[in-house]
Amino acid sequence: MSEHSTVTGLTRDEMAQRCALDIPDGSYVNLGIGIPELVAAHVPEGREFIYHTENGLLGMGPSPEPGAGDPELINAGKRQVTANPGAAYFNHADSFVMIRGGHLDLCVLGALQVSQSGDLANWSTGAPGAIPAVGGAMDLVAGVKTVYLITQHTTRNGEPKLVESCSFPLTGLGVVDRIYTDLAVIDVVDEGFQVVELSPGVSFEYVQERTGAPLIPADAGTCG
Amino acid sequence: MIDKEVVSVAEAVADVFDGATVMIGGFGEAGSPIELIHALIDQGATDLTVINNNTGSGEVGLAALIKAGRVSKMICSYPRSTNSTVFPDQYRSGHTALELVPQGTLAERIRAGGAGIPAFYTPSAVGTPLGEGLERRTFDGRDYLMVLGLTADFALIKGRVADRHGNVVYNKTARNFSPLMATAAATTVVQAASVVSAGELDPEVIVTPGIFVHRVVAVANPAHESALIAAGASYP
Repeated sequence: MSEHSTVTGLTRDEMAQRCALDIPDGSYVNLGIGIPELVAAHVPEGREFIYHTENGLLGMGPSPEPGAGDPELINAGKRQVTANPGAAYFNHADSFVMIRGGHLDLCVLGALQVSQSGDLANWSTGAPGAIPAVGGAMDLVAGVKTVYLITQHTTRNGEPKLVESCSFPLTGLGVVDRIYTDLAVIDVVDEGFQVVELSPGVSFEYVQERTGAPLIPADAGTCG
Repeated sequence: MIDKEVVSVAEAVADVFDGATVMIGGFGEAGSPIELIHALIDQGATDLTVINNNTGSGEVGLAALIKAGRVSKMICSYPRSTNSTVFPDQYRSGHTALELVPQGTLAERIRAGGAGIPAFYTPSAVGTPLGEGLERRTFDGRDYLMVLGLTADFALIKGRVADRHGNVVYNKTARNFSPLMATAAATTVVQAASVVSAGELDPEVIVTPGIFVHRVVAVANPAHESALIAAGASYP
């Protein structure tokens, strides 16, 4: 499969880059595991974000040079990271004080499903025999001021991930503010999913066909 | 004279009893007190309830304790690891039960337990399967769930430096749950890479004050879980 042939919409990196454009300078940000981690590589010129990782570090930096890491300096995905100048370590209760107490400005998470009322499912498909694991996702969506998602618009099988109501176990109710997919940027407003922007070469109808709930066009003007 | 130092990891965990609840510090391998866990495996206590964020990696440390069949229940937030099938096997066979708790709720439950707070309300998990069965209350128009504080019979934690009073400082993100667990256990055992005299640690930088610590044992060159796994190690 060629990288350049029939691909429609943004790559993982481009989705992360598009998301980073919307993060204000000086924001305290928690990035989830997966595509959200790529946001850190696309900080727009002239802006500084402070990254929080829930295992006890504010001011998280990039991966260390090979051989220079410390197995006890890791991120929430348990990969080795570095601490930027001005970083701080703290215990887990303080870390979730930052999260649950509303001190973080923004988190960027992955999604299995998101509903038109902003419900998020991102920790379990509820499949029989699966080992359930939740981590800090429920605390993040309950406490962080703004919740962005970065996700492919559909599953590998082409099933919509943006739906009327989630069939997977929920992470939180009515918590999602904005969704960055390979096909579009979509806000969750009072009336449902509102398209903010379509990816280059992607039509509204193309996105609607791959969405499990009605989309409101970008120019429809809602009060959400 | 107060001197909480004991001479060996075996002595440090000698009185852990069958059926005990044991908090084990660490997030992944950062802060995992591997030598104390291995001493606990040697010691033989079983039917343990273990509280840790995860369920271990490979077949060393916490994963080895689970593999040895000593853990009847895990209380954790993320019992999944790319390189271990130990917990899934024990869970599916019904040998080890699981109480899954959102990570921030787990941390606060331990903090509350150590602080003498029996229960508290949190917005995390409202409307989700993990909130089912919990008492719900509305404050200022928002729903919250009541969850209980957690205490334990023992806490096993890893510090970087400790002194004979039990004051502890940690290494980077190895701190995580350990300062909370130290407050919530009847007996808190600390392994530290170095144990120094009282006064050598600057009182301004002590993270866990000694009142929360009952035993300190020096483990000069603690193993790293990832290095043990890379070397193909298993315990015992």
